[in-house]
This record gives sequence, structure tokens and C-alpha cells, in this order.
Amino acid sequence: MLVTILEVVIAGLLLGGLYALIAMGLSLQYGVARVLNVSHGEFIMLGGMITWTLTTQFGLNPLVALAVCGPLTFVLGYILHGTIFRRLASTAESVGIFEGNSMLASFGIMFIIQNLALVIWGPEIRGYSYLAHPVNLGGALFGANRLLTLSFALVIGLVFYFYLAHTRMGKAIRAAAQDRGAAALMGININYVLAICFALGAAMAGIAGMLISMSYPVNAVMGFEYTTIAIIVVVLGGLGSIPGSFIGGFLLGLVGSVVTYFQPGLALAAYYAIFILLLLVRPTGIMGK
Amino acid sequence: MRTRGTTPKSLVGPVLVVLALALLASLTFYASAYTVIFVTSILMYVVLAVSWAMFSGPTGYISLAPAAFFGVGIYTAAVLGLKLPLALVILLAGVGSFCLALLIGALTLRLRGIYFVIFTVGLVELIKNLVLWYEVTFTGTRGRFVIPVDNNTVYYVMLTILVLLLLTAYLIRRSRFGLALQSIGEDEQAAAHVGVNVNPLKTTVFAVSAVFMGAAGAIMATRWSYVDPYIAFNPLFSFMAVLMAIFGGLGRFYGPILGAVIIAYLEETLITRFPYHYMLIFGLVLVATIVYLPGGLVALAPKLRSWTARLRRAHPGG
Amino acid sequence: MHILEGNAVTKHFGGLAAVSDVDFAVDQGEVVGLIGPNGAGKTTLFNLISGALAPESGTIRFQGDRISGLKPHVICRRGLARTFQSVKVFPHLPAHANVQLAALFGRTDRMSVAEANRETVELLEFVGLAGVGAVPAKDLKLPLQKRLEVARALGTKPQMLLLDELMAGLNPTEVAEAMDLVYRIRDRGVTLFLIEHVMKAIMGVCDRIIVLHHGQKIAEGTPQEIATSRTVVEVYLGE
Repeated sequence: MLVTILEVVIAGLLLGGLYALIAMGLSLQYGVARVLNVSHGEFIMLGGMITWTLTTQFGLNPLVALAVCGPLTFVLGYILHGTIFRRLASTAESVGIFEGNSMLASFGIMFIIQNLALVIWGPEIRGYSYLAHPVNLGGALFGANRLLTLSFALVIGLVFYFYLAHTRMGKAIRAAAQDRGAAALMGININYVLAICFALGAAMAGIAGMLISMSYPVNAVMGFEYTTIAIIVVVLGGLGSIPGSFIGGFLLGLVGSVVTYFQPGLALAAYYAIFILLLLVRPTGIMGK
Repeated sequence: MRTRGTTPKSLVGPVLVVLALALLASLTFYASAYTVIFVTSILMYVVLAVSWAMFSGPTGYISLAPAAFFGVGIYTAAVLGLKLPLALVILLAGVGSFCLALLIGALTLRLRGIYFVIFTVGLVELIKNLVLWYEVTFTGTRGRFVIPVDNNTVYYVMLTILVLLLLTAYLIRRSRFGLALQSIGEDEQAAAHVGVNVNPLKTTVFAVSAVFMGAAGAIMATRWSYVDPYIAFNPLFSFMAVLMAIFGGLGRFYGPILGAVIIAYLEETLITRFPYHYMLIFGLVLVATIVYLPGGLVALAPKLRSWTARLRRAHPGG
Repeated sequence: MHILEGNAVTKHFGGLAAVSDVDFAVDQGEVVGLIGPNGAGKTTLFNLISGALAPESGTIRFQGDRISGLKPHVICRRGLARTFQSVKVFPHLPAHANVQLAALFGRTDRMSVAEANRETVELLEFVGLAGVGAVPAKDLKLPLQKRLEVARALGTKPQMLLLDELMAGLNPTEVAEAMDLVYRIRDRGVTLFLIEHVMKAIMGVCDRIIVLHHGQKIAEGTPQEIATSRTVVEVYLGE
């Protein structure tokens, strides 16, 4: 009995770490750059598929793939923001219109990336095995790869926290998140900061994708479900709060684990139920303003 | 992105409409079976685009829910199609979508617009998961077979749905409620302060738009003979609705219709030559439209007119 | 019975008291001014009255009935209209449609589109916008936009009108024209409650003035009394 609870809780934390990482990325993009990036999941997918290719076709260690996925998705995000979203920001009449247009543009980007992936990799489900040997945690067995994923998520979360708190760019990001106008007046190159935020968010997604590929199968159309989950976590944590999405990710991961234990297949429904509850009781989320 | 057009005063519009309807109504008598099927698809896309634009156009509340309502319609036909007459199935599909939209509206439209958008983004995934779970857990089926209906019937049902939709959308747009919807899109707080009861209005129009999406789904299901949650609940339909409406332009009533016809025709031609790339092209079209031509094709008309007027002024002799 | 009255109206934002324990009353036919330094809580008070915000404590009554906590469209239909400090016209709609909407939705009696049209034309003329009905509101210059907002508010056939900084951003000629408009509105029988910074306008047209500072009412009286009140002068000069 105790082992089962431990199993469920640890599974929840493992899932939660992943969710936290994905949601932090989206929270950066929406919270700071005000882009509700519906294509977020596609960056996750890219991370996973690229890792699969590097691992199975080139025999590289997945962790090495990290050095490829991260920068690649970062650059892609940076370019997308600089070309599309920056232009939308300059032509939008209001924040509301910008949010609507950028969301729609990201919807288009979602289909572009997804289709590119289908062209490159086809629709088949891919997978590989890495560090799959089980680790015993108090009687509960977990793949080492999943534990590695959690460690990564925590490390990235921590590193990012320090980045935000102690580096110049990090402080610029926090300033931009609070009050974009004031930040710009302070001499911060706001366009650059927003592009960095978007790119960082994309990179987090790419890394998350790589981590997912270590433990789960991947395919070209896997992205959208992760986007949906990421969005719910961001709302749960509070729109615009990056620490909120970190906590929210773990919370939702635990919920998912518990629900999957009783009724596999109802996890997303459970997430939505929480979302609905939130809308009724506290739309601003855990740490929202 | 929203432009306001003035009232058309010429008779060209109404005459064209009557002509088009006459041609469409008699299509099955002079066109090949392939054409009938093709035009049915185009009509379906017009329904999706126009019903999406009916709410999201004036209010600016972007909905990604069309796929969800369309899927509800498809699945209603799949579940009830064998037991109930076609007309009733389509009606129930519309009613079901209406109720679902009413719930969503009541829940999210009283909050900031972003919550509505977020809710509709994941809706199609949620319903897909729920239906899948239900089928796996209780009914043991993975997919369902839908009773086929002959092509001409499908065509006329879709045409009827479209005509009813166009009537509804046009009447709303020209009524005081259409003006109220626009004012909500312009400045919701100001609209409330001049007496517009914004929440029920938004929710009602959203729900009405869902009816037609659901009905269209129900009748299209009969063309596919086999449906499962993955086929029925596909974000692609939301994408197409949004793409067509925006590409055509939300500033005029005929914008989404124009966009749907063009894109649907493009799809038909591209899907044979570039079966793996055509979605890419559409994604690019959507992004390009939003960035470079946010008013859509209808926004080109005044630009063209002023451009040709400038040419004429520059070359008065020619 | 006062046409509008508030008792102990309070509203906090976070830890800050935007409006704190404010009592106020306006009688039918009066023109009452609301002044105070920036951040005094004037617009917040208007937001509480019009239903844009709900007070935390205290009550607001209009024509004897409690309106605090009601939705803006309900309060509007009861006969209380307002304009906004940031001129919230419907930018892409033509001026005519801006007013027409108010006539169609803001009244208790339901108008036909034709009746609303007639009403709209009359109101546009009243505020001096007779020729620009077809112009999109965003293409109008600021003084005209402000007048459009007034026409729109009047379209709801209010018994009382809250004007939030009608004169802001206007040059002296435009201020004089705006003051004239205020007089004409008063002469139509509409009770007025004005937020203003332009002292000349306020002193000239108001029967009474209420002064807010840091969310609290610090003075109330005739323009003469307010102009000579040490408290008020200190608040404005001592800042």
C-alpha cells in the first residue's frame, strides 16, 4: 500500500518536473512577451524528434543531443519572435489585439512546424531506449531516465531562478514582465529582451522534448497535447507568474499521476476539471495578481 | 484587423446572391458526382468559416473551438445515426453543440478574453480524450461505423445548413445586436456602460455559431463511413475555419465566404500534387495574412480602388 | 431624497485605500464638481458609482434605490450615464453608430432603429457634431471625440451624467465650448457630477464642489467656500 502511494507520488513528481519545465517556457512567452504560443508543443516535439534522430541515426548520446536541441530551438524561437511577433507588436492597436493576432500567428506556426516534421520524419511513432534500467526508490521502481528528467527539470528551474535573480538580462526580464513601458524607459532594449524571453521559452520546450524522448515514444503530432497541458499549468500557476507555473507544473503532475492510477486516460480531463474549478473560484491562479 | 464597411447600395450584391443560390440549388442536375462531392466540401468549409466569423469577428474573442463543435456533430451522427432519422440526428448535433457552447460561454466569457481563448484551445483535445476514454472503458469500441447517405442528400443538407447560417449571420450582423457585438469588440467596458448586457449577448451568439458547426459535422460524418475520436476531433478544422475567415477578411460579410471558397479550392488542387506539403503552405498563408494583410482579401478592395485612382490621377490621358 | 448619494463608500486596491469612507450626495438639477490632486480617488469613485467597480463597504443609491454592486448596463438603464477620462469611444465605428448604440440599448424604453436614428441625429447636432456622423470615431480630433462621448452618454436618456475630465487636453477656446455644452446639458434637466482639473471651469459652472485627497473627502461647499478654504489650498499647493 505504502509502496503504491510512493509510486504514485514519485511518478507525479517525475511528470510534474516535466510539466514545470514546459510551463515555465510558455509562461516566459506569455507572461513577458504576451504571446500565447499555441505552437509551444511543436518545439517540444522538435526537441524529441531531433534527439531521436541524433541518437538512432548518428549514435549520439541523448544528453549530447541537449547541446543541439537547446540552441536550435532557442535560435528558432528568436528568429520567429524577431520576424513575426515583433512586427505584430509594432502594428497592433492594443495589447488585446496583439495577443489575439500573435496567438493566431502561433497557430499558423504550429501547423507549419508540424507539417515540416511530418515531411521529415513521417507520422510513425519513434522511440529509443536510454537509461531504462530501473532504480529502486523505497520499493517503487522507476526508470533511471525518468529520474534524470526530473533532475534536469529541477536543475534548469534552479538555474533559471538564479538567472532571473542575479544576471543583468534576468533583471531586465523581470522588469519587462512587471512594466514594459517603464522598463523601456529605463534604457532596456525591450525588443531584444522580449525576443530572448521567447527564445528561452522555446529552448525550454526543446530541452523538455529531449527529456521526454528519453523515457517515452515520440512522433510528429505529439505536440498539441503538451501545449494544452502547458496552458492549463500556466493558468493554474497564475497568468504571468513564472514561479507559479513551476509550482503548478508539479501540482498538476501529481494530479495526473493520481488520476492515471485510478482511471488511465482521464488525466487531461482531470486537468481541465481543475481548470474549470479555477475559472469558477480563482481565475488568477495560485500566484497570479 | 477589423475594418468597418459602409452599407452597399447597389443591386449587384443581391443579384449575385440569388444567382449563386439558383446555381447551387440546381447543381445535382447538371454536375458530375465528383463536382457535387467537391462543392459539398466547399460548402462545409464556408459554414465553418462563416460561423466562426459570426462571433469571433466582431467581438475579437478568438475561438479555437470549431473543431470541438464539429467533432461533437460528427460523433453524434456516429452514435445516433443508426438509431434515429437523419434530420433528428442533425438537429440533436446542433442542439448538443449549442449546449456545450453555452456552458463554455457562461464559464469563460464573464472573465478576461484570454481565458476564453485558452479554454477553446485545448477543448478539442479534452473532448477527444473524454470520448476515447468513454469508448474504451464502457462501449469497448475504438471507432464507429456511420450509416452512409447518398451524395445528393448530403449536398442538399449542407446547402440548407449554409443558407440558414447565412440568413442568421446576416440578420444578426445588420441588427442592433450586430452593432452591440462590434461595440464589445471595440471597447467592452464602454459598451456595458451604454446599456449592453455583454455577457449573455456574447454567450448567446457564441452558442448560435456552434449550432451550425455541429450540424455540419453531423452530415459530413455520413461521408466518412468510419469515424474514431482521432478523426472526429481534429484541430485541423479549427485551423481551416480560422484561416479561411481571416484570409478572406472579417471586415465584410462576404469575406469568410470568399476565403473559404478560395482555400477550399486550393486544398483540392494542392492535396493531389503536394499531399505532404499543402498544410505547410496554408500555415504560411495564415501567418503571412496576419502579418502583412490583417484585414484579409476584403481589405485589398479599398486599397486597389485607391491605387487605381492614384494611377488614373497620375495618367489622366490614359 | 437626493438623486445620488453614497454612504461610507470604500475601495482598496491591494493595501492602498483608493476611496476611503466617502459620503456624498447630489440633488436633482444640481451641478456638482469633484476635485482633488491626481490619485485622490476621483475616477475610482466614478467607477464605483457607474458599476465598473463594486465598493468593498458602504452603499450608493440612485433615486432612492441601491445601485452599489449592480452591473454597469443595469445602472445605465436606471438613468445614470458617464464619460471616461480616457475617452472610450468605439474607434472603428462611425460617430453615428457610437450614439445609435446607446439609444438602442441604454434606455428603459425600447426604440426602433428609425427612432434611434432620429435621436442620434438630434444628439450629434446638440453637441456640435452634425456633419461628421459617418466619420470613424478614431479619425475625429480629441475635442470632437469628447463631445461624441457626451452625445453617446446622452443617448441613454440619463437623468444624471458623470463627466470625467471633460476639459482635459483642451485649449482655452475648446474649454469655453465645453463649458457651454455643460450649461446646455444642465438646461435639459440632466443632473451633473463633474471631475475636473480646470479650475476656472469648475468654479464657474458648479453649484457645489466636493474635494477628495488620498481617497478621503476633505472639504465640501460652494465654489466660493472651496476657493477660500485653507485645507484645500494647502492640499493643492503643499504637494
